[in-house]
Amino acid sequence: MNEIPEVIRTIPLNLYLYFSTALFIIGVIGVLTRRNAIIIFMCVELMLNSVNLLLTAFSAYRSDPNGQIFVFFIMAVAAAEVAVGLAIIVMIYRNLRTTDINFLNKLKW
Amino acid sequence: MTSIILLSVFGILNLFLGFMKSKKALLPLVLLFLLVVLGATVYDWGQNKTFFNNMLAVDNYTVGFTAVMVLSTIFILPFSRRYVVGEEANLAEYYSLLIFSLVGGVMMVGYENLLMLFLGIEIMSIPMYVLAGADKRNILSNEAAMKYFLMGSFFTGVILFGMALIYGATGHFYLVDIANVANNIDPNMAPLLLMGILLVLIGITFKIGAAPFHFWTPDVYEGTPTLFTGYMSTVVKTAGIAAFYKLMNVAFPAVYQEWFPTVVAITVLTLLVGNIGAVAQTSMKRMLAYSSISHAGYLMIALTAFNDRSENAILFYSLAYGVATIAAFGVLKYVADERGSDDYSSFNGLGKTNPLLAFVMTVSMLSLAGIPLTGGFFGKLFLFSAALEKDMLWLIVVAVLMSAVGIYYYFRVIIAMYMREPVGARVAVDPFAAFTLISLVVLTVLMGVVPGLFSDLL
Repeated sequence: MNEIPEVIRTIPLNLYLYFSTALFIIGVIGVLTRRNAIIIFMCVELMLNSVNLLLTAFSAYRSDPNGQIFVFFIMAVAAAEVAVGLAIIVMIYRNLRTTDINFLNKLKW
Repeated sequence: MTSIILLSVFGILNLFLGFMKSKKALLPLVLLFLLVVLGATVYDWGQNKTFFNNMLAVDNYTVGFTAVMVLSTIFILPFSRRYVVGEEANLAEYYSLLIFSLVGGVMMVGYENLLMLFLGIEIMSIPMYVLAGADKRNILSNEAAMKYFLMGSFFTGVILFGMALIYGATGHFYLVDIANVANNIDPNMAPLLLMGILLVLIGITFKIGAAPFHFWTPDVYEGTPTLFTGYMSTVVKTAGIAAFYKLMNVAFPAVYQEWFPTVVAITVLTLLVGNIGAVAQTSMKRMLAYSSISHAGYLMIALTAFNDRSENAILFYSLAYGVATIAAFGVLKYVADERGSDDYSSFNGLGKTNPLLAFVMTVSMLSLAGIPLTGGFFGKLFLFSAALEKDMLWLIVVAVLMSAVGIYYYFRVIIAMYMREPVGARVAVDPFAAFTLISLVVLTVLMGVVPGLFSDLL
């Protein structure tokens, strides 16, 4: 990776930055406002994917493969997290017959 | 490094041990093995080695914190004898998950590269999501697992975005390279770097349970089976604060002026929220959760002081706090199992029915409150003297005032144990757990009488 590919350079770097930040913020807003555990979880994945995009963009512009290697690790870890997360959601569904987090209010001060 | 390999291999082997008919051999095997890991860790003392293209380092800092974490785990496990939630079927899996989580903790204190920090945090957290929900049929445990998981993965996303911004600003993931670039950062890139630092800081603050990102702590600690709560509040917190200090110390000393106000604000807020929140609790377990928030605040005093005394102060305090907290959770587990509730009232009259449990609880409460002749006193003393060197007298005044508040809620337990009439029969404790509790007390007192043994290690 010595030269930045022409295709990537047609879009300036700060546009990638704005786009990823927008995606990330959409994810954050989704986590804060939605009430269904699965949708919250999807919003978290959106946040992770915005990070992947940002890392790839920085990596391509700097002609430095490290950022793209990082993306692979994020994907692998996100997959592990999905496995655990869906299992927890299934466990909740078996006990409560719902995945709405408003029903999770037994622990409160 | 040896500890990472040993722990990973044994974690997998341990899963196969679960096929054994007799589950009785499991606990001694795991403990024996962890002692081997502790030995292998300490054996690396005084060496400076790096692994995986310099992504992981083994130095005294790593060895010290790894030893504290492995030791804490060794002390926690004996309380699993009568098991966490009643059914013995999955014991091997729970041990394995704890061991895997420990691997992540070791990576979090030994990282030299942001990638390793991220992997360490995740390897430590994902098993904890499972363990928080270990009590599958209990709705409280389910809720704790769900909250911990959703919050945890959300803040992982925040940390990652921060790391991506740091990479964008500096072009490196290695802490040393980041520090070099941050030393004379291009003014155009400075906002990117500072935003990145802020986001990573928020994420790690969440992991150690400091305010204003502490809101999950009481709920998750209350719902999680007590054994794993003990693990969460000691090992996870130690790894988090060690990773936090290392990040700031190695990568961002050049921008100290920029992140210092944020860290001071978080410290003061954490001290206030933790101590004042704990006063209002009626449940012992929730009180310990708030107390763990307040101790995260004390630990962060060393981070705000940020001088050559900080590392030793953090290490000593982690050990003193860990030992006292494990003893408290151990006693709490037996009392709550027997009497069916973790309120203060279930401790009433424990001094008459179980003098040993009451004594252990008293010593650990005194240590957490920071009374002399216990480890907690010198832990606080070292933290405060590190801060004093930086002329932050006002911060020490706040911390001392908050310790005074702490004495109020820690002594409520002691008063309940010795001044009230017993509410139930004697609580049964197996001899091995009793032995562990006694050794925890001995260690606490030892740290309070001869602190020099542990205070100048790094």
